Amino acid sequence: MSGEQQNRIRNFCIIAHIDHGKSTLADRLLEKTGVLTQREMEEQVLDNMELEKERGITIKARAVRLVYKAQDGHEYVLNLIDTPGHVDFNYEVSRSLAACEGAMLVVDAAQGIEAQTLANTYLALENNLEILPIINKIDLPSAQPEVVKQEIEDVIGIEAENVPLISAKQGIGIEEVLKYIVEKVPAPEGDVEAPLKALVFDSYYDSYKGVIAYVRVKEGSVSPGTRIKMMATGKEFEVTEVGYLMPSGILSADSLSAGEVGFISASIKNVKDTRVGDTITTVKNPAKEQLPGYKKVNSMVYCGIYPADGAKYQDLRDALEKLQLNDAALSFEAETSIALGFGFRCGFLGLLHMEIIQERIEREYNIDIVTTAPSVIYKVSKKNGEVINVDNPTNLPPVDEVEYMEEPIVKASIMVPTEFVGNIMELCQERRGIYKDMSYIEETRAVLNYVLPLNEIIYDFFDALKSRTKGYASFDYEVIGYQQSELVKLDLLLNGDVVDALSFIVHRDKAYARGRKIAEKLKESIPRQMFEVPIQAAIGNKIIARETVRAMRKDVLAKCYGGDISRKRKLLEKQKEGKKRMRQVGSVEVPQEAFMSVLKLE
Amino acid sequence: MKKLISVYIHIPFCAAKCKYCDFNSYDDIGHLQEEYVECLLQELDMYKDVLQQHLVKTVYIGGGTPTYLTDKLLARLLCGVRERMNIDDNAEVSIESNPGTLTKSKLTLLYQSGVNRLSIGVQSLDDDILNCLGRIHTTKQFIDNYSLARKVGFDNINVDLMFSLPGQTLEKWQETIKAVVALAPTHLSCYSLKIEENTPFYRAYEEQRLVLPDDKTDRQMYEILKLMLAQEGYHHYEISNFAKPTFACHHNLVYWQCQPYIGIGAGAHSFVHNQRYVNEMLPRRYIQKTKQNTRSTVEQKQISYHEQMSDFIILGLRLIQGVAYQEFYRKFNLTVGEVFPGKVDRYIKMGLMEKDETHFWLTTRGIDISNQIFIDFL
Repeated sequence: MSGEQQNRIRNFCIIAHIDHGKSTLADRLLEKTGVLTQREMEEQVLDNMELEKERGITIKARAVRLVYKAQDGHEYVLNLIDTPGHVDFNYEVSRSLAACEGAMLVVDAAQGIEAQTLANTYLALENNLEILPIINKIDLPSAQPEVVKQEIEDVIGIEAENVPLISAKQGIGIEEVLKYIVEKVPAPEGDVEAPLKALVFDSYYDSYKGVIAYVRVKEGSVSPGTRIKMMATGKEFEVTEVGYLMPSGILSADSLSAGEVGFISASIKNVKDTRVGDTITTVKNPAKEQLPGYKKVNSMVYCGIYPADGAKYQDLRDALEKLQLNDAALSFEAETSIALGFGFRCGFLGLLHMEIIQERIEREYNIDIVTTAPSVIYKVSKKNGEVINVDNPTNLPPVDEVEYMEEPIVKASIMVPTEFVGNIMELCQERRGIYKDMSYIEETRAVLNYVLPLNEIIYDFFDALKSRTKGYASFDYEVIGYQQSELVKLDLLLNGDVVDALSFIVHRDKAYARGRKIAEKLKESIPRQMFEVPIQAAIGNKIIARETVRAMRKDVLAKCYGGDISRKRKLLEKQKEGKKRMRQVGSVEVPQEAFMSVLKLE
Repeated sequence: MKKLISVYIHIPFCAAKCKYCDFNSYDDIGHLQEEYVECLLQELDMYKDVLQQHLVKTVYIGGGTPTYLTDKLLARLLCGVRERMNIDDNAEVSIESNPGTLTKSKLTLLYQSGVNRLSIGVQSLDDDILNCLGRIHTTKQFIDNYSLARKVGFDNINVDLMFSLPGQTLEKWQETIKAVVALAPTHLSCYSLKIEENTPFYRAYEEQRLVLPDDKTDRQMYEILKLMLAQEGYHHYEISNFAKPTFACHHNLVYWQCQPYIGIGAGAHSFVHNQRYVNEMLPRRYIQKTKQNTRSTVEQKQISYHEQMSDFIILGLRLIQGVAYQEFYRKFNLTVGEVFPGKVDRYIKMGLMEKDETHFWLTTRGIDISNQIFIDFL
């Protein structure tokens, strides 16, 4: 590739808060560059998954190559790399950013900058990206572009006087955005003759071609037949195909060279072999060192996933395996619960990631599931000097063997209108937060920084945050380490038997309130049985809360004569079907909903 | 010796539809009664072969309201029935009646036509409650007709009662029991009200316009009923049935003991050779089909061996004396323990069943939640 060709490439991403119009803008760029006509275009091409479209979020990174004929008469290749817009996918975002030279920062003209946007902008700055602010939704009656401009200058510290004011929805200012990209985003650099260094920023599994790695070639070039090596994992493969990521699908090419964005396929069987952030080099002429920033992603949040119908265990395993093909961050291993039978302990990047996986299992694979309360990884130091990691409360050693326990903590920044600062402080206090500092972005908005235990935010923190700020708060967090805490395991007993699937680890001070609430919830969701069922919450042998499900008084058919027999039998069979959907816990029948009801306590 | 069989005949007519009733009965097709009775006899003719091979041990004419039929049609029906089957000399021949449809002539006719068991559906002896249920008669009418029936010669009379009724208190229920017992009927059927779909009561209940006794009161009513009737010498022999010694209803025992029966008329069920047949429900269509001399069967099902065993237990446990181990073995060549291993002992442990050398049965508590147990024997 000549230097001139490299000069006409622009690699950029879009940073935006949920609903600030990232996908719509991407669609407009596609439309404007003529790759798809408006009629051909399915709304929001980049968000492939139904779930993404519905929730308006991007789960996976994606890239698309656009060709734009600028006014100077030259054709420019614009590589748009879409990034997941959620804190759970922070690492993926950082790798996508590392594949670009510029980042378009889309800000809603009515709402201004949000916490997540800010966090990603800082990430972009760390990666030395040129930031291109764009103010979107100027067609809204509540748009305040001048205020937002000021905010961009104050908060991010970049000049915003001449930023494009656009409406992606109405198609206003799209040409200007394209010009802006060509002008402002630096052309890539990198020696085409140097040993190959290609950054993997995403991958997906294709059932015919195997794993397809999305890469940004930083140095050197790669073509089919080259033997390549993954520098982090050490795995070697032979390239079968390279090419570009077009909106309509992939397009084969002879080679990919420094500065370009595209795909490499090399009969790779497992997405785990193409880890995001890894560097691909050649076996023959390897690069001396890999690109900076690679790290192995670890699951932060765990929960048990069980098939509602025990017979679907194998289906659930298949579903998880298939999901994992495209999602290296999902981990799972078989586990058994006395209450729920055979299932899997699954690890996720965060809460959203967990919800997405749960929803995809139910929707795309049509399997009803029961999930247990989410857990973090606790570090348990035992009296015998051993330190173990516990991601399932059931595996916590007996109290008398435990010297002390540690839990993960996060640095959280919450951006909120000043009128709600009090509410947020109260909420963080309730969640054992430690106040760090507060700064004002502008007169009416503040950023609060807290240190919070991760286990306090994995339940319903986000919901609580939204409900106490009328939905105005935005929130970002990052795990910063572990701290020693007074943690206890809270068990729930039905008719005297511990229900393992309901156990969880909680701070000692909150155990009583939580125990009482869960006992109440269970009482509501467990139907009357043939006998009285005591519900108890316990720490060790100490009962801290008790409720009772009274015995069923009456379930009897008064009349049963000749003509009734078959009809009544059908009724009994229906009743039996209903029972089948219940879980037998000791002698107690517990509906699936009961396990889920304890997950939402507010 | 000929095999025994029972015959049920359904009369789907009523003067008025009660508000709780979801039976196959209608109050707007009275004009069809003559045609209908002819069809009943025609249907019996189709069973000629079966009936010739059997000795009929019980006949039960139910409804609806069989006594809604005119005297002439009742006579035609009863004569016609007799002509078409071999009725055992000791057979029980029952008919259901509504006290609002009885007259001296009708009672006399029934008695003289060989009906030897009269069932009177009074449901309550509280006029306010009768009115609320949509019944067409008063307490006085019932008492008068009861005495009349006695006078005419009926010495085996059943009275149907209901409890757990809207506005009914424990005291009112006791008064009803007392008043009925004073008449000394030989048999009592007492049903806890069940709100059925597609009835005016269901809609009223959904709209919360119906105030019913709670489950606790319902069970108290049941307890007091059992207690009072026991004191009067009634034998509690099925969940909802009580009889003076030797007066248990033979026809209904046929159902609970899984013995064969032929059902005639709209919506009637038959159980012969372990097959269940169901007739066309709607009287108009039943008439249409029967007139063409075709059976109006809409459903026919072979009962599997397992289902037979399951029915035997479920229906048998409705009887207070319970299920006889020996009887089960004789019928199925398997023991109860082989087919339902551990179940009886489990329920005994839970206090829901009891057993002795010959039988196992539900306890009082077991009866209260019997469906939960039956499910386990499906």
